[in-house]
Amino acid sequence: MSETPAVVSESRDEVANDQTKKSSTTTHRSGAPLGGSARPVRAKSRPADRIFLGLSTGAAVSIMVILAGVALFLIVQAAPAIAANWATNPGLNVGATAHHNTFWGYVAPLVWGTIFVSAIALILGAPVAIGIALFISHYSPRRLAGVLGYLVDLLAAVPSIVFGLWGVFVIRPFLLPLTVWLNHNLGWIPFFSGQASTTGSTVLAGGIVLAVMILPIITSISREIFLQTPRLNEEAALAMGATKWEMIRLAVFPYARSGVVSATLLGLGRALGETMAFALIVSPSLIFSLKILTDGQNSQTVAANIVLNFPEGTTLQRQALIGTGLILFVISLAVNLVARVIVTRTGPDAKSRKAKKRIEQLPPSDPASVLAIDDVLAGERRAKKDGTARA
Amino acid sequence: MSAPSATRSSVPRGPIVNSLKAGQLPRFIELYTVIGSLALSAGILALIGRLNVVGEAVVSAIVYLVVIGAMSSLVENRRKATDRVVRGLVTVAFLLAMVPLVSTLATVVVRGIGEVDWAFISTTTAHVFNPKTLVVSTSTGALQGIVGTLIITGIAALISIPIGILTAIYLVEYAAGGNWLSRTVTFLVDVMTGIPSIVAGLFAFALFSLLFGPKAVSGFSASIALCVLMIPIVVRSSEEMLKLVSLELREASYALGVSKFSTITKIVLPTAIAGLVTGVTLAIARVIGETAPIFIAASFTDNLNTNAFFGAMSSLATMALTGYKFPSTDLQASIGSAWGAALLLIILVVILNLIARIVARVFAPKGFR
Repeated sequence: MSETPAVVSESRDEVANDQTKKSSTTTHRSGAPLGGSARPVRAKSRPADRIFLGLSTGAAVSIMVILAGVALFLIVQAAPAIAANWATNPGLNVGATAHHNTFWGYVAPLVWGTIFVSAIALILGAPVAIGIALFISHYSPRRLAGVLGYLVDLLAAVPSIVFGLWGVFVIRPFLLPLTVWLNHNLGWIPFFSGQASTTGSTVLAGGIVLAVMILPIITSISREIFLQTPRLNEEAALAMGATKWEMIRLAVFPYARSGVVSATLLGLGRALGETMAFALIVSPSLIFSLKILTDGQNSQTVAANIVLNFPEGTTLQRQALIGTGLILFVISLAVNLVARVIVTRTGPDAKSRKAKKRIEQLPPSDPASVLAIDDVLAGERRAKKDGTARA
Repeated sequence: MSAPSATRSSVPRGPIVNSLKAGQLPRFIELYTVIGSLALSAGILALIGRLNVVGEAVVSAIVYLVVIGAMSSLVENRRKATDRVVRGLVTVAFLLAMVPLVSTLATVVVRGIGEVDWAFISTTTAHVFNPKTLVVSTSTGALQGIVGTLIITGIAALISIPIGILTAIYLVEYAAGGNWLSRTVTFLVDVMTGIPSIVAGLFAFALFSLLFGPKAVSGFSASIALCVLMIPIVVRSSEEMLKLVSLELREASYALGVSKFSTITKIVLPTAIAGLVTGVTLAIARVIGETAPIFIAASFTDNLNTNAFFGAMSSLATMALTGYKFPSTDLQASIGSAWGAALLLIILVVILNLIARIVARVFAPKGFR
C-alpha cells in the first residue's frame, strides 16, 4: 500500500490496465522473479497518477491552510478592537460595548458565562448521556440496539435553531413551576437565589436545552467505546459470578474511562460553541452571576452575545465581537485538544507496550459521520463482533 | 447462589429448596413492577388531584426504582438489587432522551403545519401598510429562505465534497502508513469538527470584510463559513468508509498491474460509493440547519436574492431565528413564519436523512471488510 506496486513491467502494465478482469492469465507471469535481475522494475508513473496524488495531497494541505486562515483572519480583524481605547473611542463607547474600559473587561464576563453555562449543561447532560450509552451497548435487547442508537443520534440531526424555538415555547413555561419551587425552598443556595423568573428566560432553561443538544455526542462516542471493550474481559468477569453491573464496573469502565472523559470533554466543546438555544431562550446581562433562576441576572455566553449584537454593531463593535469569537475559538480548540490527548496518553494500557487493544483514535464525534457509519455498517460490525466472540 | 454452604457436610432436613431457583425473583418481575408502579403513581397523583403525564412519568420511575431495589434486596441480595436498580436507571436515562426528541418534533409539526401551504412556499415575506387603519400587516412567505438555503448549502457542498473526499483518499490510500502530513491532517480534522459554528461565521465575515469592505455580506460568504464546518465532516465519514474497503480488493487490483489512480477510481471508490454518498448527504443535512454562521456572514432579508455574490441572503434557519428574535410589527405573523420555516427545515433534514438511509440500504456495500 505504501508504494506503487513493484515488479510489473511496462508492457504488462498496459495490458493489465485494459483488461483488468480477463488478463489474469497473461499477467501472472509478471509476478515471477525476472530472471534474477537485482533491480526491481517499477511501474511507470502515469500523468493521471501524479496529478491525482497532487490533488489529494493538495486537499490534505488545504485543511491546514483553512484552519490557519480561520485563526489568521480572526486575529487580523479582532486586533483593532483589542488595541483600541474603549473609553474614548466613539465606535465603542456607545450601545452594548459602553461601560467597558478594555476588551478584556468586556470579554471576561462572557467567558465566565460560557464556562458556567456549559458546566451546567454538562452536569445535567453527561450522566444521562453515559447512562444511555450503557443502555444501548449493554442493556438493551441486541436486536433493538441499532435502532435505539439511531434514535439518540437523530437528536443530533435536529437543527439547533429548532431546539432554540422549542426551548422558548415549551421548556420555558414547563420549567416555571420548578423555578418557583426551587427558588422558594432552596433559595439559600447561591445558584437558586435572587428574584425568581416570571418569564422562564433563565440560565436553567438554557442549560437544559444545551444538555439535550450535547447528549448525542457524548452518547455516540461513549457507546462506541463501551462496545470496544475486549469481550474476554467481560466474559471473565461474568464467569466469576459478577452481576451485569459488577461486570461493567470491573471490565467496561476501566477500559473505557479515558474515552468517556474525552467524550465528555467533546460534549463540553460543543456546549461552549452552541449559540442559538441560549441566544433565543435566555435574557442576559454582561455580569458574573451564579444565579440560574432569575430574569435579569443571567450570565451571557460568548456565542449568544455575538449573534444578538452583531446586526446592530458598528464596525468597531463588530470587530470587538470577532475578538470575543477568537477567544471562544481558542477555548474550544484547547478543550478539543485536551480531549484528543487524553485518549491517546491515558488510554487503556497506554503504558504497556504489549497491549494489543487500545483506543487509537476517538470514534467520529460529529453527528453526521456517526449517523453515516450507523447507516452503512454498524449493524454488520456488531453482528460480526458477536460472531467472533462466540466462536 | 443462596444455597447455604454450611449444610454441605450435614444432611439437609425439611423440604429441599430448588437451589437453582431459590432466592430469585420471578422471571418477568420487572415488567410486573413497571405496571404496578404506573398504576400506583397514577393512584397517588389522582388522590392529590395532580394527574398529568409528566408527574406520572416521574413518580412511577421513582416508585419503580425504589420497589424493585427493595424487593430484590429482600429476596435476593444487595449485589443483585444494585444490578436491577442500575438497569432501571439506564433505561430511564434512555427514555428521558426520547422526551426532547419527540417533544421537539411534535411541537414543530403542530405549530408549523398551519403556516406551511403553497403560498408560504411560493412567495416571499411582504409587509403591507394600510393607510386607513395605520397597521402594518405581514404576509408570510418563505421563498427567499428556501432559495437562500439551497444556494448557500449547494455552493458549500460543491466546494466541500471534492476537498473532503480527496483528503480522505489521501489519508487512506496514499498515507496509509502514517507520515507526518497524514497524522497532522487527521489531528486537525478532528480538531476542526470542534470549531464552534459561530466562529466559522465570523471567519467568513472577517475574510470578506477584509477583501471587500466592512459591509460585505453575501450568500457566498455564508457558503465559505459552512465549508469550514462541512469539510471535516466529509473527511471523517469518507475516511471511515474508505477504510472499510477490503485490502484484498486493492491488492488484487495492484497484482494485475493496475495503476494506483485506476485502482482508486475503478475499485475503491465504486466499492465505497454507498457509504460516501450517505456520509455526504448527512453532512449536507448537518450544515443545512446551521443558523449562526449564515446569520453572521449573509445577514438576513425579506427579499428574494438569487445572486450568491452580492447582498444579504436569508436561509430557512435564519428566518426561524429572525422571525422570533427580530420580528416585524406584526408579531403573530413573524412568529408564525418562524415556525413555518422551522418545519420546512425539519422536513428538508428528514428527507436528506431518508435519502442517506435508502442509499445505504439499496446500494449496500459489497466487499467491505
